[in-house]
Amino acid sequence: MPSPGLERQTVTLDGKGDFGEWRDAARRLLVAGTLPTAVDWREKHGTTDLFADPVPAERKPEEAQRDITVPRAFMTLAETVICHSDPGRFGLLYRTLWRLQAERNLLDIVSDADVVRLNAMEKSVRRDSHKMKAFVRFKEIGADTPTTGAPATDVMEVIARPVSLEPGSMTIGRRRFFAWFEPDHFIVARVALFFQRRFTDMDWIIATPKGSAAWDGTTLTVTSEPADDPKLTDDADTLWRTYYSNIFNPARLKVKAMQSEMPKKYWKNLPEAELIPGLIAGAEEKVRAMAKQAMKDPPAFHAKVREAAMPKSEENTARPGTLDAARADARDCTRCPLYCKATQTVFGEGPDDAKVMFVGEQPGDQEDLAGRPFVGPAGKMFDTIAGEVDLDRKTAYVTNAVKHFKYEPRGKRRIHQKPNMGEIRACRWWLKLELDLIQPKLVVAMGATALTSVMDHAERLGDYRSRKVDLDDGRTLYTTVHPSYLLRIPDEGRKREEIDRFREDLKTIKTLSDKL
Amino acid sequence: MKKSLKERLAILSDAAKYDASCASSGTTKRNSSASGGLGSTEGSGICHAYAPDGRCISLLKILMTNFCIYDCAYCINRSSSNVERARFSVEEVVWLTLEFYRRNYIEGLFLSSGIIRSSDHTMEEMVRIARELRVTHNFRGYIHLKSIPEASPALIEEAGLYADRLSINIELPTDAGLTRYAPEKRPDGIRKSMGDLRLKIEEMRDPTLQTKRTRRFAPAGQSTQMIVGADQANDSVILGTSARLYGSYGLRRVYYSAFSPIPDASRNLPLVKPPLMREHRLYQADWLYRFYGFGIDEITRDQPDGMLDLDLDPKLAWALSNRHRFPVDINKADREMLLRVPGFGTKIVRAILTARRHRTLRLEDLVRLKVSLKKVQAFIIAEGWTPSRLIDRPDLRTMFEPKPEQLVLL
Repeated sequence: MPSPGLERQTVTLDGKGDFGEWRDAARRLLVAGTLPTAVDWREKHGTTDLFADPVPAERKPEEAQRDITVPRAFMTLAETVICHSDPGRFGLLYRTLWRLQAERNLLDIVSDADVVRLNAMEKSVRRDSHKMKAFVRFKEIGADTPTTGAPATDVMEVIARPVSLEPGSMTIGRRRFFAWFEPDHFIVARVALFFQRRFTDMDWIIATPKGSAAWDGTTLTVTSEPADDPKLTDDADTLWRTYYSNIFNPARLKVKAMQSEMPKKYWKNLPEAELIPGLIAGAEEKVRAMAKQAMKDPPAFHAKVREAAMPKSEENTARPGTLDAARADARDCTRCPLYCKATQTVFGEGPDDAKVMFVGEQPGDQEDLAGRPFVGPAGKMFDTIAGEVDLDRKTAYVTNAVKHFKYEPRGKRRIHQKPNMGEIRACRWWLKLELDLIQPKLVVAMGATALTSVMDHAERLGDYRSRKVDLDDGRTLYTTVHPSYLLRIPDEGRKREEIDRFREDLKTIKTLSDKL
Repeated sequence: MKKSLKERLAILSDAAKYDASCASSGTTKRNSSASGGLGSTEGSGICHAYAPDGRCISLLKILMTNFCIYDCAYCINRSSSNVERARFSVEEVVWLTLEFYRRNYIEGLFLSSGIIRSSDHTMEEMVRIARELRVTHNFRGYIHLKSIPEASPALIEEAGLYADRLSINIELPTDAGLTRYAPEKRPDGIRKSMGDLRLKIEEMRDPTLQTKRTRRFAPAGQSTQMIVGADQANDSVILGTSARLYGSYGLRRVYYSAFSPIPDASRNLPLVKPPLMREHRLYQADWLYRFYGFGIDEITRDQPDGMLDLDLDPKLAWALSNRHRFPVDINKADREMLLRVPGFGTKIVRAILTARRHRTLRLEDLVRLKVSLKKVQAFIIAEGWTPSRLIDRPDLRTMFEPKPEQLVLL
């Protein structure tokens, strides 16, 4: 007598995508130690199969003790692969299950021949499921034939009743739809849930040669019985075909790309597919006609529209006389090329008679989006420390030496870039205007860029830091670091020191401004 | 005489086809199980049909109206064009969307419009359509609204409550190009809209203080489109603009649309076949930037005139001008370098990294993973394979170039 593992066994399964029947059989075989090569897996055809072995016996209690463990990933894979229509899937899955007992990492070895085949099958089932979600086409059927509780196959006899189709028409109660689809694999049960989640407020039936599904608002009924195509029509298909042929651009013919995603095997159940040969054949002619059609005179309303759009007044090129006018003019500033890359000009902000003016470097990411100076992380740092020394930012005028954000894109972020001398010079025009219009007594330069702009000359920050300097025009200049510098110090100890120094600077500024 | 619904659908879908996007992916997962309404979105988008131009049809992509007071040279709907004009009512768009959706033709609506009367008036009507669908009809499908330039922030804010995605087209890669071809559009205005939208999306994503919950606001983010080949901008400029848009406004996608001849075209425009290969190469380069760790500069630096190679894909072109970085040992190299091997996609790289933990990989393993050896073998080392001096061959490029073809005259 041969050892139990070598004894040939025939297992006959229904094979319509039911994972449970394979799992039970496979578990029993594995517990019995049956070699993969000794199992002959068969699919039941029709209701009687002369060669079928008796239905496998129930699990014995002692077998249940010896439960088998498999990686979770295998179960997920197997549940999908079992829906494949390839008769070899049962054997392949069993062999993989067998191998997994010794090679726990087998599924990770994606170049293993069995794993490659399993993955290909899984992909094919997933693709088929996806295409079913995409290519099922519902046809509306009359509302007078009850479907509630009726098995899907009975509805084959339903004759489509014309449904009034126009905007504003009302249907009382639930509307009913029918779809015929031909999948490659046994996927109806898997995909039915998708349709239930999506088409909740209507009754529908999807019939296929590999089973059907029906939904009536409370129950989803799924059978694996094959159905026939009742060949229904729906008036809305005409509108859909109108859309399909007009959304197509004949100047970009790419037939292969279309067919790889919408293979011909699906065409017979797609109402729009009958248009495809005609659209392809006529494409070139359409493009040629378009090229020949010379530009004609514009339609009558064009002139009226033009006239209405003409600018009412002449553009004002003079130097603006008020802060508001300056701000408005700065919106369109093209004095340096930075405007092309930034979102907007970020002009200064504060009372137009402020005694103190803070000058920073340039707007950052947040300032660029918000259109306001010092609202990002550096601005928050400034506000916090200013608050600690009772310096009220609202009474001061806050602006930047350069008014457009200069940066370098890096993936999903923007990396700040220092403005160059040309950009500082170009933008100094605006800073000078702000100084002239506001006439602050004290100007605070924060960072080297601000200092350079105020002095109109490249200066070293170290030479001016924490010093009071009298400017020619009777103003006082005080220089400190830019608050963003504080954010960039990696060493925590040094960072604290520098923040303390900055706080001292702000304290001095507070004292100076109180005396003004 | 008033045109029938079908006639207007023909006009207003024809007018919408120059917008490349038809994506319905990347939004929140939701369905109608609990509400008992209609519609769902489950993460990945679904293309319900493909037109013979190879483009996916996922949404009902239409214009509310193709009347327009703007006169943008590249646009079929510009005010000076003699194209037939039509207009849908709010109710008609809602009805078409729902009826198309019920028959499983579409994932939802992509609504755009010519500008009638004013930006705000147009935007208001579009928002009304989205509100009707969501509130009155309990519609959970996908909605993409094209923001109208210069529409008021309040309207955009309301639009974001109903729409999955909002977009505004940058139209042309440079400000100079836009000013020349679309005199009424302001490039800074478009950037400002994008910036406002990013701030709004970020604000809504933060949990509120009271309810501690994030609010739904354009969950599929924002996107834009650039026309390629209408102006003189080269690929380096185009990709630089994309990189800036991705970095500045958190765009999900920048779409490139090869300029396609339109009927009754403005004399300012090239009347040539759309540069489809160029468009394809731009998409490839865009992917390299976003998913493969390439800098724009790296992709375009070695290309003459800043134009991508039409014969070779940009990764292969980069590899051929950076041969010193190859061959790469597939059993040792890090992910970053594996991603730079021509012929390896992100999935293959993931598979290699997983599999090599358990066994040393040979060329045969790659064959089973459906990798084209012809493409990769010159660039890699595997167990039992070194490309010897293949990488240094002067004729390496010709091994990859497409076979010469008889030119077809238009």
